[in-house]
Amino acid sequence: MKTTRSTAKPVHKPVFANGDDIQIPVFTLLKPDGTLYAGAGKSSLERDTARRLYRAMLYTRVLDERMMAAQRQGRLSFYMQCTGEEAAVVGATAALDDADMIMAQYREQGALAYRGFATEAFMDQLFGNQGDPAHGRQMPIHYGSRELNYLTISSPLATQIPQATGYAYGQKLAGQGHCTLVIFGEGAASEGDFHAALNMASVHKVPVIFLCRNNGYAISTPVTEQFAGDGVAARAFGYRMQSIRIDGNDVLAVYEATREARRLAVEHNEPVLIEAMTYRLAAHSSSDDPSGYRSKKEEEAWRKKDPLRRMQRWLLDLGWWEEAEEHELVESLRREVLDTMKRAEKRRPPALETLVTDVYAEVPVALREQFDELVAHVRRHPEAYPRSAPWLDADQADAAMQDDPSTRDGETHP
Amino acid sequence: MSRMNLLQAINNALDTAMAADPRVLCFGEDVGVFGGVFRATSHLQEKYGRARCFNTPLVEQGIVGFANGLAAQGSVPVAEIQFADYIFPAFDQIVNESAKFRYRSGSLFDVGGLTIRAPYGGGIAGGHYHSQSPEAYFSHTPGLTVVVPRNPHQAKGLLLASIRSPDPVIFFEPKRLYRAAVGEVPDEDYQLPLRQAEVIKAGEDITLLAWGAQLEVVEQAAEMAEEAGISCEIIDLRTIVPWDVETVASSVFKTGRLVVSHEAPLTGGFAAEIAATIQSRCFLYLESPIARVTGLDTPFPLTLEKEYMPGPLKVFEAIQQTMDF
Repeated sequence: MKTTRSTAKPVHKPVFANGDDIQIPVFTLLKPDGTLYAGAGKSSLERDTARRLYRAMLYTRVLDERMMAAQRQGRLSFYMQCTGEEAAVVGATAALDDADMIMAQYREQGALAYRGFATEAFMDQLFGNQGDPAHGRQMPIHYGSRELNYLTISSPLATQIPQATGYAYGQKLAGQGHCTLVIFGEGAASEGDFHAALNMASVHKVPVIFLCRNNGYAISTPVTEQFAGDGVAARAFGYRMQSIRIDGNDVLAVYEATREARRLAVEHNEPVLIEAMTYRLAAHSSSDDPSGYRSKKEEEAWRKKDPLRRMQRWLLDLGWWEEAEEHELVESLRREVLDTMKRAEKRRPPALETLVTDVYAEVPVALREQFDELVAHVRRHPEAYPRSAPWLDADQADAAMQDDPSTRDGETHP
Repeated sequence: MSRMNLLQAINNALDTAMAADPRVLCFGEDVGVFGGVFRATSHLQEKYGRARCFNTPLVEQGIVGFANGLAAQGSVPVAEIQFADYIFPAFDQIVNESAKFRYRSGSLFDVGGLTIRAPYGGGIAGGHYHSQSPEAYFSHTPGLTVVVPRNPHQAKGLLLASIRSPDPVIFFEPKRLYRAAVGEVPDEDYQLPLRQAEVIKAGEDITLLAWGAQLEVVEQAAEMAEEAGISCEIIDLRTIVPWDVETVASSVFKTGRLVVSHEAPLTGGFAAEIAATIQSRCFLYLESPIARVTGLDTPFPLTLEKEYMPGPLKVFEAIQQTMDF
């Protein structure tokens, strides 16, 4: 029985290894100024995809600026920006098939933007109104879309990583050539779930791509206090997994690396770990103030490597994009976000009954009793419950109509 | 009908589920060629192949995380945790993920296909870490269904129902009965209802409520009580959550007395929840306080296991005290 993969060559004095002899290069094609490196060759990114990708990056930037402002105005309880990491998120998404599953951490709204998540859908979730499919149950930014193959966000860090391994194992059995992209930060990579996921993916040969956004900080904790090893990419070796480190602010590198990772995953059932070196230009969340843990100078240095400006320059040089077009697009996106937000703010809250549905496929008897007691209580004190009391009668009439077989299946609207 | 022990009934249920639905997968530590440390998955790999029945690395949080992902994808995973004592590394995946998947997405995604099987309970000289009954931890998490069978017939029918339930289920198997409990089990595919307790013996004077291996103990205590002229009604709760208040309450309306027994420690045990609900439901019908016969508030012991366990004598004494109140 072999106990390891490597040939156990006998030595006669203790020889220790710490991996320092392994050097992991950084894959990059676009220089910080947006021109190509000499050895870069031609990108496989085609015009239409490149434009779609850049538009999604711009959309994400506009959305983040507008919603952060809304949070500061007190219109929104909480927000998280993708700012600075758009290339890593959107570039990887563009390299997938739209039918591939994406399991994100929480800062990856760019992936949804690329796949066409409507502004209204963003707003309904952010405001937790009646249009939110999850009925306002989760904090802002916990988006999900079955249609766009984007798993609903869960706050606990790293839990989505072993789930991605399992999901991708199911995709492999289904045999339709799909894979799963799971995205997480370098902080989350310290969780046990990360190690469990990589090991299981490697052992069971699962078509999953692990994309780590190494943005330098887990809230305030810098990478120097997160790990002693060579970043996250090096950990793949322990699981004998393909691994690559890339410039995460270089959209061409992200796209090429993810495309190749997808090929390895889908054609050879080889899981891949990608470590995208990037920087969170904004605060961790609307509740965070980075001035307490990092310098303006450091932020400015990274601002010069802004992934949007870099890609814009590349597009302009190719003649695939025009500055006037961008100006117009940004203006129209700002208007769209603002107008949609105003409508979403005014939409009513979810019906009270959504408090107890979806816990189980069928509401248990005891929970139904708790709900009935709650309704009676709200009716006694309507002034104390402005989010549900005003709609109670209308909602109960709706529910009764749905329960009545004679009015089901749209028969109420002949 | 075939004569089977509880383990064979579990194995038969898994076999039945895998034969009926190609989406059903069984995996866990030592589950593959070896068939599990208790042999619950014997021959399943041989029959259904390595893709559908396989070993996992030794990582409970990974096993359940992987299973959550598979279930979200549309597969029907049956994940084995080798001992319920080792389920805790997976607590986050179960409590924060499995239980909330449907709710947090508004049914866009769910892990209804998920079943987690784990041998639980004492009586096998297993000490701290091969004896615990952790059902109460999970009963405190809405979204989970917790099921415990008492014999081979129940085990097959309840496991098949759990695998096919639209909600994630934790299925605790009383390992003391794996080989000790033998009975007739239908060969065909059948399911027993979840969320439904079963009155397994009708009686007039007192209601005895338990689940899993503790039913055997309660039945022995009831025999002693019957000899003393006390007529006992025995109920198997079967599904711990969401639990069948109606069946228990109607019995207590009739008898006016209730003894609840479980192996897990007293404080915060599921008997506490039952006692609170039943006293509120049946207050004016109660003839005596609701009694709980449980393990002590200690880690599970070894040499003094018998002293710790809520055995038949302890249950019998509780019956007498309840009757004499």
